[in-house]
Formats: sequence, structure tokens, C-alpha cells
Amino acid sequence: MKLDAKIPEGPIQNKWKKHKANLKLVNPANKRKYEIIVVGTGLAGASAAASLGELGYRVKVFTYHDSPRRAHSIAAQGGINAAKNYHNDNDSVGRLFYDTIKGGDYRAREANVYRLAELSVQIIDQAVAQGVPFAREYGGLLDNRSFGGAQVARTFYAAGQTGQQLLLGAYSALNRQVAEKTVSVFTRREMLDLVVVDGRARGIIVRNLVTGEFERHSAHAVVLATGGYGNVYYLSTNAKHSNVTAIWRAYKRGAFFANPCFTQIHPTCIPQSGSYQSKLTLMSESLRNDGRVWVPKSREVAEKIRRGELTANDVSESERDYFLERRYPAFGNLVPRDVASRAAKERCDAGYGIVPTGLGVFLDFRDAIERLGKEVIRERYGNLFQMYEKITGENPYETPMKIYPAVHYTMGGLWVDYNLMSTIPGLYVIGEANFSDHGANRLGASALMQGLADGYFILPVTIGDYLATLPFDKISTDLAEFKDAEQKCIQNTERLISIQGNKTVDELHRELGKIVWDYIGMSRNREGLILAREKIRNLREEFYRNLRIPGGRHEINEQLERAGRVQDFLELAELMALDALHREESCGGHFREEYQTEDGEAKRNDELFSYVAAYEFRGEEEPTLHKEMLHFEYVKPTQRSYK
Amino acid sequence: MKVHLKIWRQKNQQEKGHFETYTVDEVNEHMSFLELLDVLNERLIKEGKDPVAFSHDCREGICGSCGMVINGRPHGPDSLIATCQLHMRQFRDGDTIVVEPFRAKAFPVLKDLVVDRSALDRILQAGGYITVNTGSAPEANSIPIPKKIAEEAFSAATCIGCGACVAACKNSSAMLFVAAKVSHLALLPQGQAERTERVKKMVKAMDKEGFGACSNTGACEAECPKGISLRHIARMNREYLRATFIAE
Amino acid sequence: MSWFSEFARSSLGKKFFMAVSGLFLISFLIVHLAGNLLLFQGPAEFNEYSRFMSNSPLIRFMEILLAIGFLAHIVYAYILAYKNRQSRPHRYAVKNNSPASFASRTMPFTGSFVLIYLIVHINSFTVKHRFLERENTDFYRTVVEAFQYGWGGFYWLFYVIAMAILAIHLNHGFQSAFQTLGFHHNKYTPLIKKLGSLIALAIPAGFASIPIYFYFFAPKI
Repeated sequence: MKLDAKIPEGPIQNKWKKHKANLKLVNPANKRKYEIIVVGTGLAGASAAASLGELGYRVKVFTYHDSPRRAHSIAAQGGINAAKNYHNDNDSVGRLFYDTIKGGDYRAREANVYRLAELSVQIIDQAVAQGVPFAREYGGLLDNRSFGGAQVARTFYAAGQTGQQLLLGAYSALNRQVAEKTVSVFTRREMLDLVVVDGRARGIIVRNLVTGEFERHSAHAVVLATGGYGNVYYLSTNAKHSNVTAIWRAYKRGAFFANPCFTQIHPTCIPQSGSYQSKLTLMSESLRNDGRVWVPKSREVAEKIRRGELTANDVSESERDYFLERRYPAFGNLVPRDVASRAAKERCDAGYGIVPTGLGVFLDFRDAIERLGKEVIRERYGNLFQMYEKITGENPYETPMKIYPAVHYTMGGLWVDYNLMSTIPGLYVIGEANFSDHGANRLGASALMQGLADGYFILPVTIGDYLATLPFDKISTDLAEFKDAEQKCIQNTERLISIQGNKTVDELHRELGKIVWDYIGMSRNREGLILAREKIRNLREEFYRNLRIPGGRHEINEQLERAGRVQDFLELAELMALDALHREESCGGHFREEYQTEDGEAKRNDELFSYVAAYEFRGEEEPTLHKEMLHFEYVKPTQRSYK
Repeated sequence: MKVHLKIWRQKNQQEKGHFETYTVDEVNEHMSFLELLDVLNERLIKEGKDPVAFSHDCREGICGSCGMVINGRPHGPDSLIATCQLHMRQFRDGDTIVVEPFRAKAFPVLKDLVVDRSALDRILQAGGYITVNTGSAPEANSIPIPKKIAEEAFSAATCIGCGACVAACKNSSAMLFVAAKVSHLALLPQGQAERTERVKKMVKAMDKEGFGACSNTGACEAECPKGISLRHIARMNREYLRATFIAE
Repeated sequence: MSWFSEFARSSLGKKFFMAVSGLFLISFLIVHLAGNLLLFQGPAEFNEYSRFMSNSPLIRFMEILLAIGFLAHIVYAYILAYKNRQSRPHRYAVKNNSPASFASRTMPFTGSFVLIYLIVHINSFTVKHRFLERENTDFYRTVVEAFQYGWGGFYWLFYVIAMAILAIHLNHGFQSAFQTLGFHHNKYTPLIKKLGSLIALAIPAGFASIPIYFYFFAPKI
């Protein structure tokens, strides 16, 4: 099967416009005859479901949360990019497009990214109209701040809760459709399988997490908006329930999985404090606007800080190494995430870390407080500072924050074409769940932009083109395909419960996380990746032999839910290793130690690897790699430089 | 350090439920309260017992999933936090900590500490939105909103829907939750068109769910993880009076 | 009038009636106190005042209003208290010790006590004055006797305790009424709270000063 991204012809500025003009439409009276399933209620899912409902489709929305509003988009802090050029700093759609392609280290599709940049401005309009309370200037107009990887201020924000406010906007649009009865929301349901009938996605199997019952739901199309798989690392900034299950099971039904090894490590997270640690907390990238990242210049001083004999404030200006400013004078503390993360890791590996584990650097606001005053800093970051203090017990107004990189986002995901349709007809994938527009590294404040562009503006238009070709007939959930899929889910659930071994899901997950972090984390190498595959396989074997789940399946059983997710992570991890192994270059978040420049920067190989690696599931066999070649007509790939 | 946990156990919505006491040794003060429950649950699973069910997700105080009453206070003995941000440094060695689910007629207990808060969703579905179709929005900067107004709206919009206000209120009133949304949208120029109908619909939905009335005790404000102020309740009262007596 | 019945049935509407009737009752207390303070002036002035009170048609009319005010305040209070209790069928094992004020949490109890006091008070004076002893022209004496000798010498104490409880009730009630009526302003709300505390202290103190004076300081009659 040859991958066809269905990118429209013509100049990049006109592609989307032209494409829309050519799409088939469904007449308003007929829209209500089509049912669409949307799984996930984050920015992408909620905005898509609401917009589809507005158009008149009958939409069924599923979430494993108790309310659509809890989706993890809510945790995005810093902001959302849009090329509004409100600051007159020479921003434009073209520049946002360029920054995103470059930030992604030339591993994204030009046409998609251009469309994303174009739509960014509409997202802000839409959100403001919904009542999203973005930060404003004294004149009453919208305020912006700058973010990593950009030299303009194009990030719109609502204090440190931009994700929450945008999600509440989308959720309120969804609520309106619930009131209008176009959308039904099914909460506390987890999707466990995709049902494919005659080669088309026609439904899903879900487990009701309260009663434990399995349910079959059919539709004319299925949209997955189930987020990323960062929790494969166990410790990540993702919410505890975030998982790969929905897209992984769709992969096993025939949807290709693209670029699984492209994962993003966020530089500013609170370092791990102990073995009991259940997740890592992100501190917004916006902090790097005013915070300066440093470690001591001497190892001895660092050692004393680690032992608690010295504090940050004892270290004089001349003894501090502001390593980001030193290495990247042009962008300073605002280099992209992958670059900042690796630089911090490099310093810590070299023995300059400042927390007891050795894995931590300072993020210091002393100078900003001196320059702007405490009040301004409080206004900008007050809630982040408060959050930091609640977690660590230290006051960042007085002593610098301690931070370390952590897994944050996954650029990889199910492969989709320009219409956001996967390789299974009728299965659409939006938001972080698809392999997305971010290439090998996502810029800060771009995830919200992509999720909402997909959900509000792209999917509702492109899905009509597909539905228009389908008959109205409702598909019965009594078909053999539905029954078989449900039976498979029940069998799998019972199998997991029946193991009754000695290790809890969390123990196994933690072990998996360590393997993935050590070998498929911030830097990777051939030997490690080969070893990782073996370790993952062994662990998978142990999982099926030694897992212990308490209780049964006809009740609320979180351990059972998690076991199913870890089961899929154990398979995904191997695919990540495989992908990382095959990609013999460094790009964005994927850093292969064998491929670096003399000063330790990522070294791409455009000749051999300028493509999207999409994997086809082959059962017990090795997955088949399909390549979607990337063509750069507008931005010429160069060595990324932020110096 | 070492703590004793007296936790409400209830198999399902129908069963009566009771307290059970567990002792956890080796508690680290940097642990979050939920991590303490994780540690306890790991042990219970190994002992062949049923782990304690509790709601949680983001574990950074923003998703609003977690919520339990700890020593008589929703989200425990610290202010401006959700339960997931409560750390063990708030307790002392040897403490007995009583953990109960949020209690309200409108929040039935599903299992142990997990309650059903869908009533809050239904209130918002009754009118907690601005009617604007995708793609029909005017240019974002066409309506300036004074910084103070935007900030006041934001201060209401920070609600995470955890339900601690209901749990804290002696009347199980959802006034702070509902007021936060009413106030947020009433303050913004975009919210004016539906201002009158919105407050009426939402109050009606709130009463229907079986929440109590507001006694202006301020317990909700004190326990709110986002510190949402009582003045939003006053604003909702004003909006409701306006909608009833003044608006046509 | 369906809009009005919807309002009256809503929780916010009920609170509205509580607030309006409460503020009305506070205004009554102020007037009532002003009249009662005439007791300090002496028998002639006070008796003149009470003669006016029992004969003026305006006062008759105000009395009806007052009765409605009391009735509304009491009936709504019990309806709300009942509903509020119902909204939490399962109580907490550990009492919520969050920083909500004592006064605000105990409104139904202080209110109920004030109601008991009210019945006693009306029975002692109003009923006597208006119906049983209409020919009695020295009402001053009735009042002073009650405080000096009533209930075996403890009648005055009941009054003082009742006024202390009324103070607690008013302390929350006054400012809460403004909140319920939608009045909350960063500039004025702190002022209202202070005024509320002042009123809560001054009115009951004024009333309590009468039994205290007559029991401890005035010559026995």
C-alpha cells in the first residue's frame, strides 16, 4: 500500500482554500442521518464534536473521565500561538509556518503546517467569542508573550491556565450541543476496540467503567481524539490516565502508526523527589521568558549544593554558568524544548547538577524580580509560583526553582492524510493522537493550536467529503464484526484478571518506564535500542505471567483499566525502539548519539530520512515500514541553528 | 514518618459503607497525599485486598478530578490546593487522618472515595455557554475588554469543577460553582446576549439537582482550590434579580 | 405571574425574601429600640408613648406589615433549613472545621432561639398591653415589674441572653442580606460588614441595657 497524503496541488497559500472548494458536501437535511463517534473530549475532541453537532450531524462523544472537562488539555499552561501580528513585530502566517517547520526539524508536511498557521488566527477569534478570558492589555486588547523557538511575541495566554480556559470554551460549545440534543456524551467509558466493517471504521467497543459492562456503538465514521502516549515512560507530565490504548487498538485494526519515536522532552519540570513519585509536574515554558537557567561553573560548588552545604543564593554572579545564554546567544533561554532539554542533560551528566539526585538545574528569577519588581512577576506567573511552592515547599521568589527535563508530548501518532483520515477509511485522528504537524519537535504553545485547528476547522469540513459517499443506513451492532470485537475485549479482560501473579500494574509500568527513559529517552544509541527491545519483550512476557489485578471486571476497577493500558504500552514501546533504531539520524526530539555535530547538536540526514515513517501492524511479524516522502518547496532544510 | 489512615470504604452505590483504618510506615514528607494512597494501594493489592478507589488524573491541581474530605476539610488542611497538591509535610508523625468522600445528595458515592459529580455538568449544559457557531466569530480584537473586567472574568473562570464548594458547604450548595460560570460570562461583552436567560436556566437546573441554598457562610470560598470569591455569588444574585425583575 | 412564582420557588428567590424581610425586621428593631429607650426618661414619657402605640391607626397598619415580615422570615427560614438539611443525607464523620464563621453556620439555631424569645416577649407584653389589660394606663410599671420580679427574679437574665444570641444572628444576617441582594463591592462591602457588626452590637446592647438597668440600678418598685 502506497501512502497518499492527498495534498492538494497549487501554491501553498491556496491549497486549503482550493481543497475546501473541491470537497463534497452533505446537504443540511441529510446531516442528521449520519452518526459520528468522537472518542476523547480534549481540545480536539470537544471542539470537533461541538462543531459537528452545530453542523447537524448526530454525534456520540466518549470519555473515560467523569466529565468532558477533565481531559488533559486542561493542564496546558503557557499559551496558544497565532499569527495575529498584534505586536507589530513582523509576524505573519508565513513566519509561523516557517518557525513550526524549522522547530520540527524539517520532519513535518509543509502543506499541513501552512494550513495550521493560517487557521491559527481564527482560533483566537473563536475562543474570544466563546468567552475565553485571555490576558489583556490596559487598552482592553489582547496581550501576547513570547515562547521558545520564536523571535516574535505571538502567544496568547490566560495566566498559567490557557489550556484550561480553551478547553472550557470548547466544552461549553459541546454543552450547548448537548442542550440542543445533537451531541450525546457518554462519560466513564473507555474505548477498547475499533470495529471495522467492510474495510471501513464503523464503530467502537467501550467498557463502562462504573458497571464494567461492555457496550457496542456504531456510526458512519469514527474520530479518535485520544491524546498522546507520553505515559509509556511511566513518569511524564501527562495525566495519570493518559494512554495509547485507543490509537494502539486502531493500529492493530489497520491504521498506520507514524513516527512513534518522536517524543518531546520538556525542559522545565519539577525534578523527581523519590521512588514513590507518581507523575512529574511541568512548569510552563513561559517561565523561560523571565527566568534564567544556570548551574555553577565549578563541580565542587555543585557538589556542595547537592549536599545542602551551599544554596543557590550563595553562588556569586561570576560563578554561575548560564549555559543556554552561553551556547545559544541569539535565542538564549528561549531555545526550543529539545535543545534546552539536551543542554540541561549535558550539564547534569557532566556533574553540574544541583539536586541530590544530580538531575536538576536552576531556573532563576532574581534578575527579573530586580528589573520588573515582585508584583509584575506575580502577575505573570503567580499561579505557577504558587504551584511550585505547594509541591516543593520552596518559595521561588526567594530561591531559584529547580527544574529538569521530563517527557511531555508525543509528536508521533496515527498516520493521517491531509483530510486527517487514517489508513482505515472512515477513521479520523485529530490532535495529539495523530502524527501531527510538529515533525520531530513541537514548539511551545503549538499543541493547543493544532488540537483546535483540527477540531474546529479541519475535520468538520473534511469529514463531509467522506460521509457524502456513504449511504445513510445505520449499521447494526449485531453484526459479527461487533460481536467478535466485543468478545475479544471480554476475553482479554478476563485473561488479565486470571493471571494472579505477584506484581502490580504500577510495578510493571515503572519498570517499563525506566527502560523507555533510559534507552528511548532524551538520547538514544544503536546498542541501547537493541537492548531495549529485548528488555521490553522480557518484561512483556513477565507481564502476562506475573501481573496481579485485584477484584473483578463488573465493578469500578482502576487496576484493571491500567493493566489494559500498560499492556498496550508494552507493545508500543517496542515499536518506538524499532523506529528509533531505524532512523539513523538525529532530528528534533530524536537524538541519536552516533549522529551529532562536533558541538553536540542534532545532525539530520535529509538524504536518507526526509520521510514520515508509518508502520503497518502485521500480527506476530515485524511491522511493515511505509515511507511518506517529505518535500520541502518553501522552506529549505538547513542545519537548525539557534545560536 | 508514620500515619494512620481512617478511610471510608464502600463497595458500590448500593452498599452502606464503613470506615477502615490502615497504618502506613515510611511516609516521606515530600510525598503527595495521593502518592500516599498509591503506596497504601500497592500494599493492599499484594495482601490480596481491594485497593481504595479514588478519583485523580492530572495530579497538578487543574483537572478537578480528585477530591476527598480529609480531616473534615475538602482537599485537606491547606488552602488553595486540590487534594493532589496536598503534601505530607502538612501532617505530623503519628497523625490519624480521616478520609471521607465528598458528601451531598447530588453527589452519590460510586465506590469508596469516588463520587458522581455529573450534576455539575448538567447545570452547565442548561446554559453555561455563549452561543457562537464555529467560524462565525468576529475578529478577536474588535471588542476591547478592560483589563480589570477581563481579570475579574478570569478569576471566576478558573473554576476546575472539583465540587469542593459543595462538599464544604453545610447546605451542600453549588452556588459558588454556578456563580463562577454565571459571573464569568455576565462580565464579558460576548456574554450579554444570553445574560438573562442563562442565569435563570442555570439556577433552575441547580435547584433541580438537589443542592442546598446559600447561607453566605464563606466555607466554599475558603476551600476552593482556586480561591474563587464570594463576590461572584453576589454577582449571580444580582444577575438573577435583574433577570427576574428588570429584564423584559 | 408565572415568572414571579418561578422566582419565589427558586432557592435564590427564597433567600431574597429572607434578606428583604430580615432587613425590614432590623429597621423595626431600631424603631422599637428608640421607643423602649423612653423607659429611661421616666413613667410619664413611656406611658404616653405606649398609649400612642396602642391607638394610632398607622401603627396598626405597621403591625400587620411586621407580622407578615416575621412570618415570611420564619417560614422561609424553616423551609430553607429543611431543604438544606436534606441536601446532605449522609453527614461527615469529622465536623468541617473550615474557617466559615460561627455566626453564619448557626443561623437556624440562633434564629430559632430568637423565635422562642419572641413568643415569650409577645406573651409578656404585647398580649397584655393590647388585649388583656387595655385599661392599664401605667404600662411603665408592668415592664419594670417584669424585669425586677418576673420568673422569680430571672426574667431579666433570659432577656439578656436572648439579646446576646440576637447579636450573633444579626452579625451574620445584616451583611449576608446585602450579599443575597447582590450587593458586593470592593469599596463598600468591608464598610457594610463593619456596619453590620456595629448594628449587631448596638441594637441588642440597647435592648439589654433596659433589663440590666432596672434589675441592678433602678430603685425597686
